[in-house]
Amino acid sequence: MRYGTCAWAVALMALGAARLLPAAEPSPEERGLAIATEADRRERGYGDSTANLRMVLRNKQGQTSERELRIRTLEVENDGTRSLCIFDTPPDVKGTILLTHAHKEADDDQWLFLPALRRIRRIAAQNKSGSFMGSEFSYEDIATQELGKHTYRWLRDEVYDGNDCYVIERTPVDKANSGYSRQVAWLDKEHYRTWKVDYYDRKNDLLKTLTFKDYRKYAERFWRATRMDMVNHQTGKSTILTWSDFTFGTGLREIDFDRNSLTLLR
Amino acid sequence: MHIRTWAAALAIGISAWAVAGAGELSGWIAVEGRGFLNDPLHRGQERDNASIAAQPEYYHTWENGSSFTFVPFGRLDSADARRTHADIRELNYLYREDNWFVRLGVGKVFWGATEFVHLVDIINQTDLIEHIDGEDKLGQPMLEFSISPSWGTLDFFILPYFRERTFPGRKGRLRTGRVVDLDNVIYESSSKERNLDVALRYSNTFGGADFGVYVFRGTSREPLLATPDLVPPDLIDPEDLDDDKLIPFYEQINQFGTDVQYASGNWLWKLEAYWRNGYFQDYFAATGGVEYTFFGVGGGNTDIGVLTEYAFNDRDDGGLTIFQNDLFLGMRLSPNDAAGTHLLAGFAQDLERSENALSVEFTRRFGANWRLTLDAWFFLNTARGSVLDELRRDDFARLQLAYHF
Repeated sequence: MRYGTCAWAVALMALGAARLLPAAEPSPEERGLAIATEADRRERGYGDSTANLRMVLRNKQGQTSERELRIRTLEVENDGTRSLCIFDTPPDVKGTILLTHAHKEADDDQWLFLPALRRIRRIAAQNKSGSFMGSEFSYEDIATQELGKHTYRWLRDEVYDGNDCYVIERTPVDKANSGYSRQVAWLDKEHYRTWKVDYYDRKNDLLKTLTFKDYRKYAERFWRATRMDMVNHQTGKSTILTWSDFTFGTGLREIDFDRNSLTLLR
Repeated sequence: MHIRTWAAALAIGISAWAVAGAGELSGWIAVEGRGFLNDPLHRGQERDNASIAAQPEYYHTWENGSSFTFVPFGRLDSADARRTHADIRELNYLYREDNWFVRLGVGKVFWGATEFVHLVDIINQTDLIEHIDGEDKLGQPMLEFSISPSWGTLDFFILPYFRERTFPGRKGRLRTGRVVDLDNVIYESSSKERNLDVALRYSNTFGGADFGVYVFRGTSREPLLATPDLVPPDLIDPEDLDDDKLIPFYEQINQFGTDVQYASGNWLWKLEAYWRNGYFQDYFAATGGVEYTFFGVGGGNTDIGVLTEYAFNDRDDGGLTIFQNDLFLGMRLSPNDAAGTHLLAGFAQDLERSENALSVEFTRRFGANWRLTLDAWFFLNTARGSVLDELRRDDFARLQLAYHF
């Protein structure tokens, strides 16, 4: 009897599959989600990583200012990503640390450590559209992208900068707390690396363009861009991020991203 | 701290620095001017003052994660000889293992959640002469042991040496009419400043909430300022008191404190409270409030935070406590620009004595290394006989230019 039920179920599944087959073309939404899911899958599994980041902020007049920070990240099974940003320059913010617990669905938790007072202040983390350190990157641009926080749509295939790319559109699920109505991203078909993102503001005007350069492969499977250029078309300001010293599997654990460990870090 | 202790600590700091070898050197040096709107109220006070201060910081870390920190501080002031002072903010060695650490030496610890009144923060003494906001702290000699099992964090402190609060001298502004006498300090403990104080704190995070509870036993960081008509009779003969001075009296206390921060959406909730058992009476004090942030105001990058807090305590010693029933309103404005500009404004209203005060602070960076801070305090209405009333002519603006390295 049990075998019979099982066989019946298998037959039903085969029938279902057969029914799907003639439909052939998945919808643009299904294709977009599949591409984003595959990119996400390739991105994950690194465990933990550390890197140094240099930011060069340029205003409309061409004046520049720099920031240097160290970034540590940890993937947490079934609960998003932990990250630490430790500021080294400018000297008046040296030792300031931003700790983020990015959750898959719930609101993120975020703390700021202020070294002068040795004080840990919880900060409202729901809003993602604010500028990160006065740069053209907002918190949502630098935070790890959890798959479930956008919906996706495939737009077209296109060659970009010599790479055969998928062009997909991402729409934020939490519209009220995103600075964007949508993003359009170019991912290459071979490694699912992002090469360009256009950000559209809430009025659906083109706001910013981010381009990725100098991809390098780490731990034999993780591709990381070592340079990211963000240009704000509406203000004429730009920010260049230069990443260095990517290290994977450094042995970081959840306790290193605990609120209380903030007072021990430098 | 006595000169000899200080010199010894400095020698330890510098030799450890030399032994530890290459580490990181950072810190700041600043010039400051304070201008007062009115002539002084009290005899002997100079009107304005200028000063220079520095706080270098040496940090060395070893491969095993242990580290050494040395942060001396010093200020030279044109008006107040007491404001010309030096301190060791930190001089400690930290040994760290997976989920526990030990810190030995002079250290700095902050506990708390609220913005206007720092009620439960008790490990370090306030360096009040630095700024009346009370956020500057003296280094505290300590042995700290901290362990973080899966169910939170336990911090245990042994505090073998007490630091007296700093107060302005005769020539300084922002003081009471009677100068605080630092040569005749009264302790309830017969060990005086060598009383062994201890503290134990448990803290944890649950979702959007951080909370801590602690017990402290030892010398109160908050002195009672004794006058001939208000002295602990078994500890001092009123005849010995100088009519012209206030004698700091440091009682022995048991204090149970808690602090909570909770974030939900754009809201932040904050609470601090303690129950204290001391020399005169047992009492309860609390402060708490809420902060709401408007992000990206007007479609730009500017964030505006508005906050309100309330502070109260049920101690019935009249003039000695400032925050016995007070309401605070505040606003933070951050344009999130490259210069790290911030504007803060705070307003305090005493709900019983119809006293109020206003403070405004503006700060921004120039170039990579300079930061300019301008803050101004106004004691708008004061009630006759209160502590604040003695500051009624001390409205001031302070301009500070700091070079950070």
